[in-house]
Amino acid sequence: MHAVLKMIAQRLALGALTLFVVSIVIFGATELLPGDLASAILGQSATPETLAALRAQLGLNDPAPVRYWAWLTGALQGDFGVSLATRRPIADMIEQRLGNTLFLALYAAALAVPLALVLGILAALWRNTIFDRVANAGALSAISFPEFFVAYILVLWLAQSGYFPSMVRISPASSLADKLYMSFLPALTLTLVVTAHMMRMTRAAIINLMASPYIEMARLKGASPLRIVLRHALPNALAPIINVIALNLAYLITGVVVVEVVFVYPGLGQLMVDSVAKRDIAVVQAIALIFASAYVLLNLTADVLSTLTNPRLMKRG
Amino acid sequence: MSLPVFLILFLLGSFTLAFVFRATLSRALPHNQAIVARDMPLTAAFGIMVVAVYLFVAVFAPLLAPFAEREVVGAQFQPWGGAHLLGTDRLGRDMLSRLIYGARNTVGIAFATTALAFVVGAFLGIWAALRGGWLDQVLSRFVDALMAIPSLIFALLLLTIFGTSVLTLILVIAAVDATRVYRISRSVAQGIVVMDYIEAARLRGEGSWYLIRREILPNALAPLVAEFGLRFCFVFLTISSLSFLGLGIKPPMADWGSMVRDNATLITFGDITPLLPAGAIALLTVAVNFVVDWQLHRASGLKE
Repeated sequence: MHAVLKMIAQRLALGALTLFVVSIVIFGATELLPGDLASAILGQSATPETLAALRAQLGLNDPAPVRYWAWLTGALQGDFGVSLATRRPIADMIEQRLGNTLFLALYAAALAVPLALVLGILAALWRNTIFDRVANAGALSAISFPEFFVAYILVLWLAQSGYFPSMVRISPASSLADKLYMSFLPALTLTLVVTAHMMRMTRAAIINLMASPYIEMARLKGASPLRIVLRHALPNALAPIINVIALNLAYLITGVVVVEVVFVYPGLGQLMVDSVAKRDIAVVQAIALIFASAYVLLNLTADVLSTLTNPRLMKRG
Repeated sequence: MSLPVFLILFLLGSFTLAFVFRATLSRALPHNQAIVARDMPLTAAFGIMVVAVYLFVAVFAPLLAPFAEREVVGAQFQPWGGAHLLGTDRLGRDMLSRLIYGARNTVGIAFATTALAFVVGAFLGIWAALRGGWLDQVLSRFVDALMAIPSLIFALLLLTIFGTSVLTLILVIAAVDATRVYRISRSVAQGIVVMDYIEAARLRGEGSWYLIRREILPNALAPLVAEFGLRFCFVFLTISSLSFLGLGIKPPMADWGSMVRDNATLITFGDITPLLPAGAIALLTVAVNFVVDWQLHRASGLKE
């Protein structure tokens, strides 16, 4: 037990360090601006007086480390400053949308993970049959399709016939059933894109193990193929599968940006795209920090979980 | 025509085409390549065929397109048929012509970006593996930090700072993807720099540049070429997504991603025209993936 706690503590420390570095990169990116933030906002025609006034208002006269520290401590307490375009507090703009985006990501994950596992196991079980080949070809194409292509095919197919809405109108007041129904198409799009990868990796991980001697042994003693896969192969394939699931959930983070725009879903991704178009660097920084943190945390969880399922990895340090 | 019927027809058509293409190749090529062509799987033949068609269209776009790229030639959103085979777009420009020019712009920009990412990433990666020590440590930890941020998010952040023009788009995506190329070329090169022939060349007194160019690069070529194909797919999809989001290649330049965005309203009326550019993107990515799959399979010598 001691070794496990130590391992988790180590990984957590490493994750915290990564997050710290990521926040420096995200903050430091503004320092690359030709000129500074104030001249970027006001443009070429600004008078020196208005520039100086804006610099004082944004606190740009402080040295970079001081500003970084103020930004980081603010962000940790949920205060991201004000938007450059609308002058509203960023925390207010984000709050509602963060919940929506999380809802969509979890919804997609709840559909994708079981689907991918079942398909992957079946493909491994019926290797080189028609089912396997069709599933593989389908997965390879789904990986190669841009998200908006998948999304519009679904719209054409399912929204055109009136089964599901092609635009998501949800508010905090809508009931859960309503929300699930409204956001079915965006969730399904994300599911299709993500499932392909997970399925292929699950299949590969299991097939890899099927060549080991202990599987041969199980086969010789007369265990059924399904039992061999579920009882003997799956537990040992868990580490790579967990890794792939976490990586793909992390992939949801970027997939969500495009899908939210297609379905006019009121989430963080859409806010980010709008803010990039308006060059509202304060909002983009805040959202980038949230997405990057989620990404780092998912990878960290995957690392810890796969180590727990495979104690041999613990020795690696 | 319903979707399943269309799908089956499409699959049968591409199957036949790929078969004919493979047969023609193994006839036309000199003996050595003919054997390779004869033994390749149909998927790979299909991939090569599609890539060849795209290249042809991109190079000869002005000759193939019936109208100019940016010219308004008729009413808005005209249906298929008549002078405009695929109808017209939101501003009344010819859809087919813009699709053809899109092959040149979208694929060209994606290719330039991938090439740039590769030159920078591969050079730095191999150099880091060759020199080792603090240079390797500094570069690798820096790349680790950048890779901890999802690539699309990082690209969006950089685009906010530098603005959205085609040049910044190429530079930003190339910079983001160079980190991934760095990773793989470093790990490939690390396996090579410990070889005896590198040691021999070093003792001979050869410089770093010679080692990279004449000793490491030729031996690292196979995995790097496969990575180039995969990287191209990623870059191509990223640029298309950004254009779709309105942050990449800007109108009036014909580009597949922004064409989908511009005409997306048609989809709600059951018109599949906006899906054509999206399908063009998907088809090329699938084709490149098929070829890369085959090459990887050949290089690893796996025979199932």
